[in-house]
Amino acid sequence: MTRFFKGLFTFRRGPWEMLATLLIAVGVFMLMQPFVLWAYTYSFIVTLIGTVMFIVVSHFPEQE
Amino acid sequence: MSDKTVDRLASNTPVRVARKIKGLSDRAIAWIFVGPTIFLLLAINIFPLIWTINLSFTNFKANRLNREVEYIGLRNYERILGDSDIWLSMQATAHFLFWTLFFQVLIGFALAWLINRKFRGNDLWTTIIVLPMMLSPAVVGNFWTFLYQPQIGLFNYVVTFFTGGDPSGFEMLGSVDLAPWAIVIVDTWMWTPFVMLICLAGLRSIPDYIYEAAEIDRASKLRQFFTITIPMVLPFLMLAVLFRGIENFKMFDLVVQLTGGGPGSTTEMASINLKREAFEKWRTGYSSAFAIILFVTVFGLASIYVKALNKVKER
Repeated sequence: MTRFFKGLFTFRRGPWEMLATLLIAVGVFMLMQPFVLWAYTYSFIVTLIGTVMFIVVSHFPEQE
Repeated sequence: MSDKTVDRLASNTPVRVARKIKGLSDRAIAWIFVGPTIFLLLAINIFPLIWTINLSFTNFKANRLNREVEYIGLRNYERILGDSDIWLSMQATAHFLFWTLFFQVLIGFALAWLINRKFRGNDLWTTIIVLPMMLSPAVVGNFWTFLYQPQIGLFNYVVTFFTGGDPSGFEMLGSVDLAPWAIVIVDTWMWTPFVMLICLAGLRSIPDYIYEAAEIDRASKLRQFFTITIPMVLPFLMLAVLFRGIENFKMFDLVVQLTGGGPGSTTEMASINLKREAFEKWRTGYSSAFAIILFVTVFGLASIYVKALNKVKER
């Protein structure tokens, strides 16, 4: 866990990619879930942020 | 090409052209070869994408070309993301996506595992199993429509043979409860062979000596399956899931042929809804925004899968 936060603060690829992946997964779930409309409404922005973040952070240096 | 032919072609090249080519660097020659492809990619993929993004912020209607186009900001996105009908079509897509992937992976892997065992007629069975995948979705949609007919269709007879009751007592394509499953069955029937082929490639790539070493270590068959077979086939399986997931997210032809999105809108997938908005209601700006939403979702999913795939490969 400490390693994860250390990676986040030092802008390392692994943890940031994990965060972006989580955002995409949550966004897609929000888009397709049948429970609440507000989650569907905000799904696109969550997926978009996750996807753009993924593209950017995949250029970060690897964690040692 | 033989050396002689090359020499003859070179000697036939006009002196002026030859001198021009001689003056080009390797990099320039590489660009000459790659240039047309890049141009085609830009013209066919990138330009339409940028144009669609541009249209998604307008109220453009493709059937009213003379009307003045207004930029309306994010209003199309707001409407789509607040529209309960589109939300329902997303749920229909999710149902279709989840269950087709579930059944295709389960049955595809099981079939690959069986086919991988060497037996007589192995190749013949592989060919027979692969046949549905080679058919056109329009043809598959058409003949499954006949199979699902309550009066003359074979499907109802087969089901009632096992369950009892009247074959014309239920309608696969006409029932609100059964229609979503009807399209799942057809897609599974058609595309399981694809998953099977990819899994088979994975199973055949596992060297025998790993199993032999496991046998020497007295590992049981079940343990061999979970510690050798599954981890080594996983990258292939994930690739199959990625391909089928993206394809099924965009599923259009098969469903249109089978149910046309009905009964009501129970099988109206996102792609069918998009087509209706774009080419029946002619709300081009609105449908462009919808297309961008679907694109970002597929792109995001593909990123996750590629990352997972790389991780499994590293292992």
